[in-house]
Amino acid sequence: MLIFDHSRPGRTATAQLPPESGSLDDLPAEFRRKAAPALPEVSELDVVRHYTRLSRKNFSIDTQFYPLGSCTMKYNPRACNSLAMLPQFLARHPSAPDETGQGFLSCMHELQEILKDVTGMAGVSMAPMAGAHGEFAGVAMIRAYHDARGDTARREIIVPDAAHGTNPATATMCGYSVKEIPTDANGAVDIEALKAAVGPQTAGLMLTNPSTLGVFETRIVEILKIVHEAGGLAYYDGANLNAILGKVRPGDMGFDVIHMNLHKTFSTPHGGGGPGAGPVGVAQRLLPHLPIPLVLNDNGFYRLATEADVPQSIGRMSANLGNAGVLMRAYIYARLLGREGMHRVAEYATLNANYLMAKLRNAGFELAYPERRASHEFIVTLKKLKDATGVTAMDFAKRLLDYGYHAPTTYFPLLVPECLLIEPTETESRETLDGFVDAMIAIKREAETNPDLVKGAPYTLPVRRLDDVKAARELDLAYKPAA
Amino acid sequence: MPFIPHTPDDVSAMLAAIGASSIEDLFDEIPAGLKSGKLASVPEGESEMAVTRLLHERAAADGFWSNFIGAGVYEHHIPAAIWQVTTRGEFYSAYTPYQAEASQGTLQLIYEYQTMMTRLTGLDASNASLYDGASALAEAVLMAVRAHKGKSRRVLMPKTVHPTWRKVVVATVRNQGIEIAELDYDTATGRTVLPAEPGQFAGLVIPQPNFFGVLEDVHAMTDWAHTHGGLALATVNPTSLAVLEAPGQWGATGADICAGEGQPLGAPMASGGPYFGFMCCRQDFVRQMPGRIVGRTVDLDGKPGFALTLQAREQHIRRSKATSNICTNQGLVVTAAAQYLSLLGPEGLARVASASHANTKALADRLTAIAGVKRAFASPTFHEVVLQLDDKASDVLRALRAQGILGGYDLTAAYPELGNAILVCVTETKTAADLDRYAQQLERILSKRREAPPCAYKN
Repeated sequence: MLIFDHSRPGRTATAQLPPESGSLDDLPAEFRRKAAPALPEVSELDVVRHYTRLSRKNFSIDTQFYPLGSCTMKYNPRACNSLAMLPQFLARHPSAPDETGQGFLSCMHELQEILKDVTGMAGVSMAPMAGAHGEFAGVAMIRAYHDARGDTARREIIVPDAAHGTNPATATMCGYSVKEIPTDANGAVDIEALKAAVGPQTAGLMLTNPSTLGVFETRIVEILKIVHEAGGLAYYDGANLNAILGKVRPGDMGFDVIHMNLHKTFSTPHGGGGPGAGPVGVAQRLLPHLPIPLVLNDNGFYRLATEADVPQSIGRMSANLGNAGVLMRAYIYARLLGREGMHRVAEYATLNANYLMAKLRNAGFELAYPERRASHEFIVTLKKLKDATGVTAMDFAKRLLDYGYHAPTTYFPLLVPECLLIEPTETESRETLDGFVDAMIAIKREAETNPDLVKGAPYTLPVRRLDDVKAARELDLAYKPAA
Repeated sequence: MPFIPHTPDDVSAMLAAIGASSIEDLFDEIPAGLKSGKLASVPEGESEMAVTRLLHERAAADGFWSNFIGAGVYEHHIPAAIWQVTTRGEFYSAYTPYQAEASQGTLQLIYEYQTMMTRLTGLDASNASLYDGASALAEAVLMAVRAHKGKSRRVLMPKTVHPTWRKVVVATVRNQGIEIAELDYDTATGRTVLPAEPGQFAGLVIPQPNFFGVLEDVHAMTDWAHTHGGLALATVNPTSLAVLEAPGQWGATGADICAGEGQPLGAPMASGGPYFGFMCCRQDFVRQMPGRIVGRTVDLDGKPGFALTLQAREQHIRRSKATSNICTNQGLVVTAAAQYLSLLGPEGLARVASASHANTKALADRLTAIAGVKRAFASPTFHEVVLQLDDKASDVLRALRAQGILGGYDLTAAYPELGNAILVCVTETKTAADLDRYAQQLERILSKRREAPPCAYKN
């Protein structure tokens, strides 16, 4: 039932209506609306009940184990939300002068310094509002750097074929062409292919480490040296920063620019697909190009930097300081964890991933990279199972939903057939992981004995498998009541 | 260990299962020289109690202000129910609805949100939201360039569009060889002046109301854009759509794309976010629209359900040929917006719009009765107004601030041609007493400064 089905002409959530006041007669009739928008006419209880019921049709971290690879679905501490929503913080207008926001700005400045430290970068801007937005800022800075030096022949970005789709899409948005390089049998960048790919046209390389294949790029120093010697810059995609938080810093690996996904590594909520926050960090030579605003500390007075402070900035990413409330949640998380807590993130995320990988291997699941350590995530391939039973990775994923587990990431990375990318995160207990292994074993047995059962899954959710083809062919993007 | 449940026994058993002797062993593929030492700038961790105390102190330091700043971000009452429901774990801690069967709550909500936005804007389709208003406008510009049949890479941007938004648009599109040509405004009316010889362009941005609160002649602008072969890109305050004409009805055939800031629909001001950008368009352009889109379909049993659709436009499929690199929407804020629009309904939203407008008019009348204060423009305005002072705007605003009043947005940096101008906004949240207080303080400050001008040598 849609909220519109609850609507009755003349019904209102009366407590929410401001008093009737004033006339609009001074607005010329030609600019006035002729017919009121057909929004729902419902009571407050209708709204609360409808949306509370809808919420119960979701899987979430708070209700289920959610091992969605590359997404770092770890516990979002409740204090981060309640403290970020203190009324003074919520009431502050973004254009209010810095003098009226020293409490807020001090938190932002401290977060900026913490992010610099954990990434090993010389400067950080928190302006970008999501990972892809941070990628855009990062590649735009690479371009600004080359352009400022008059090095304008560099128009190509190198991306491994295992990269997240945002990498090539971002390069295009920055006016670059994309060159893909292959991955070797161990899941590492093909060094010879990289050597052949670099040249005077190379603006930079975008790399995730650990890679999207869940393994650490062990020859990272050599890779970056090849790119740097060719005159390119190295971009670190922070999608998998949780795997190395407190262990290895991208700046120490030699990266020139990085973005972080605070909705992953710093546990801000994913919120059904956002809002995120995608701060960027840079090495010394890119400092002049950071997007504004930055948070500056002038002898104890905190203020937002403007164009005058950063004249070569790539500019502004949003009307204000990015997703400020998300940054606040990340700051609170950082204060709760502290230094030791940060070091533990990668340790326990890696412990959980390797434990889960070992248990699944022992249970007969095939690993994509059996010779490698897992980072914070790893890949199982169901190719043999599919060949034997017809059950695909998608079928397997849907059946996991019936067992009460959110599915791992399926069919990404594209290189590994019938793959499940599994990321347990550090906040899950051993018992939870064991329960998940039991479910995986049970589904594998079902696939071998009764494959149709798995192919028809799920059975216990609000809907069964949806017709995506119909959704795309007979577009129904907004409700229109039958006439 | 905060948020890590492992006991020492767990760790030993897990390491044994892996066949490793220590957690450090699990990092043995990482070259030793790369391993970092202690983090110098990260403070020691604190308990929730201690962090709570710290944050309460910081919040108290910022305090509360009597706010009359708008400029794209508006202080509206937010019903208590909205964020209580929105922060339920099932919404708060879910991710992008990739597994549709396990995400019907979020998907149906987005479908309902899309429906509400199409009804507000009078356009055919809406996406699931973008980052914020400024970045949504930048995406609308890119979309217009993709959709324009004449392949023009030039977009006309009135100077009456939010000055920061214009900067965001330029920063977003400049590397793709797209030209943003700015259009002047008439300093008497505050309305955009359309050039006689515009040349070819992909789109014209049409703000309603514009940054000054002034109503543009949207019908003439829409028709003018279409006559010259460009698309009409509306950018609107969603609250205003309760009472102002929907972009889909502008001119003879309506605007083509509409993008704007969703913050007024239930998002707290919160120093700048998170908000959400909305985007709607005519059916013809749906496949050029960036961002997530939810469609209604059926399941295996023929039962209605919801799924992400038109994913062939997106980066995870199209990679370097995608319409945009965007993956996320601002799901949680849209969760709030759908509830806001439902709770207010057509009647409530119209009352919010009318009360904000009436309050702004009342304050403007009070303030312009003070010597040295006048309206900058003679045109009709909605909800926000530009006032010119015969005294330095920044000094006057500072003096108001000393009385706990944030008196408006200082326009002198972005619009020096307007002199000592401030942009003043009043919403439904202000009472007659609030307006009185502002007027009394402004009158006192201006007369005091006239009688005893501040010493030129004293800052």
